[in-house]
Amino acid sequence: MTESVPCMIQVRDLSKSFGEGDKRMTVLDRFNADFETGKITSILGGSGSGKSTVLKHLIGAYRPDSGEIRIDGENVVGLDEEGANRVRKKFGIMFQSGALFNSLNVEDNVALPLREHTRLNESTIRIMVKMKLEMVGLRGAEHLKPAQLSGGMIKRIALARAIALDPKIVFYDEPSAGLDPISIGVIDKLIMDLSRKMRITSVVVTHEIPSAMRISDKIIMLYKGQIIASGSPDEIRHSDDPRVQQFINGSPDGPIPFSKSQKDYAEELKEMSVE
Amino acid sequence: MRAFFGNIGRRGFLVWNRAEEFFREISGIYYLTRSTLYCTFIEPLRGKPFKWRPVWTQMEEVGVKSTTIVFLVAFLIGVILAFQTAAQLDRLGALEYVGALVGVSITRELGPLMTALVMAGRVGAAFTAEMGTMKVSDEILALETMALNPVKFLITPRFLAILVMLPCLTVMADVMGILGGFLIGVTTLGIDPIAYYDRSLESMKLQDVITGLIKSGVFAVIIVMVGSYMAFIIEGGAEKVGQNTRTAVVVSMILIIIADLVFTSLFYFVT
Repeated sequence: MTESVPCMIQVRDLSKSFGEGDKRMTVLDRFNADFETGKITSILGGSGSGKSTVLKHLIGAYRPDSGEIRIDGENVVGLDEEGANRVRKKFGIMFQSGALFNSLNVEDNVALPLREHTRLNESTIRIMVKMKLEMVGLRGAEHLKPAQLSGGMIKRIALARAIALDPKIVFYDEPSAGLDPISIGVIDKLIMDLSRKMRITSVVVTHEIPSAMRISDKIIMLYKGQIIASGSPDEIRHSDDPRVQQFINGSPDGPIPFSKSQKDYAEELKEMSVE
Repeated sequence: MRAFFGNIGRRGFLVWNRAEEFFREISGIYYLTRSTLYCTFIEPLRGKPFKWRPVWTQMEEVGVKSTTIVFLVAFLIGVILAFQTAAQLDRLGALEYVGALVGVSITRELGPLMTALVMAGRVGAAFTAEMGTMKVSDEILALETMALNPVKFLITPRFLAILVMLPCLTVMADVMGILGGFLIGVTTLGIDPIAYYDRSLESMKLQDVITGLIKSGVFAVIIVMVGSYMAFIIEGGAEKVGQNTRTAVVVSMILIIIADLVFTSLFYFVT
């Protein structure tokens, strides 16, 4: 086992705003987080909480306004294309939609990173693809096209592709969104197996409370770009922050408003003129 | 009075905004073209060869499958030209010059132009729709995060395919157009085939065909770069894919005609 850093990913003072002028909106404000090596860390939050923005920064799709992101000890903010590509080979991503290439069959999808980034010969690649497919329980699906697969299967193939190059880190974007309970269970088990058996650092972005509670070593809860709670699932469960409790219990009433508007309803109605 | 100028001011501002937007898009297309040229021609020389298989697939998609429609359009244009010019030339007693007129207009202008316009609709739209859908479903982001360059992976095969196929189709369109004119000339118009052939050869020059091919190469770059750019800038959902596909076709048609005008005036003044 090679010497590894205790925190595979460290985020320091990450800030990001979108838009210009008076439409400027701060999505992340001095966000800090540590993702421990070999552990599963979930980023939990409602829609618009900034959790997808955090993920997009971690995978290098967004450039932060300020702050630092260290992956495997290296600051990845402001890297050039070559450096970014070197870092990208250390991680795999399972996208919410799977993002499989529709024109390629399952085997070619999983083989793509191997064909492009290694000098392995074709027969070795096919053996490796079969091994990856076995890991996600879909050996035998090699010649199917993505259009022939169910939602759960697409995500498992996407996971097989994400781990094709044996990455140190796997990012999961909403792994259980839109799946039936059994498929969610399967994906959860896969995430745990990969993390425990292969010491893969996992970052899961999700809004599924039960699933996050089950698999996570650590949960970071976001609300409006701020961390409102962070800790083990048990610590989160017993948090006395009413916002955390509201989110866990999924209640519509509480400190997190149901209505989007900041204005008072009666005031806003009065302002509207009737002709 | 103030309202009047206020209105003009607002209009002017709108026009200015539009113009700014237009130039931003043009510079976007320019940068994408530059990186495509780099990926296609420079990078392979630096020991990163690209795969040929996607190029063949695209060539079939872009070229082989477009032959029918290009043949049909070119043939009919030849027929129409023959009919249109026959009426005028007959009054001058120069009916057998139909061949010369058809030949010159097809090889110089209509062959390259009509082929490019047909392809902008057929292939340019397909480029935007296909890659736009990939953009929307995160497939392009997936490529980037797998450290694969989407330009090299998606645009380069299409770029090479259309750059080779459009001039090929143009040559075939030239032949079909001339054939269309010839068939009408010798049958309906009753021109002597030998005279038709002689008059055509007298006036057509190889240079015309070659300038037509150079033009079609430029049109090919316009089609593929506008189509790809419109796909790569899509943010959001399926609605945007539709909108940008339409924009891609309109913009590439306009740019093709502008480019054609530039070329034609260039050839007019130079030669």
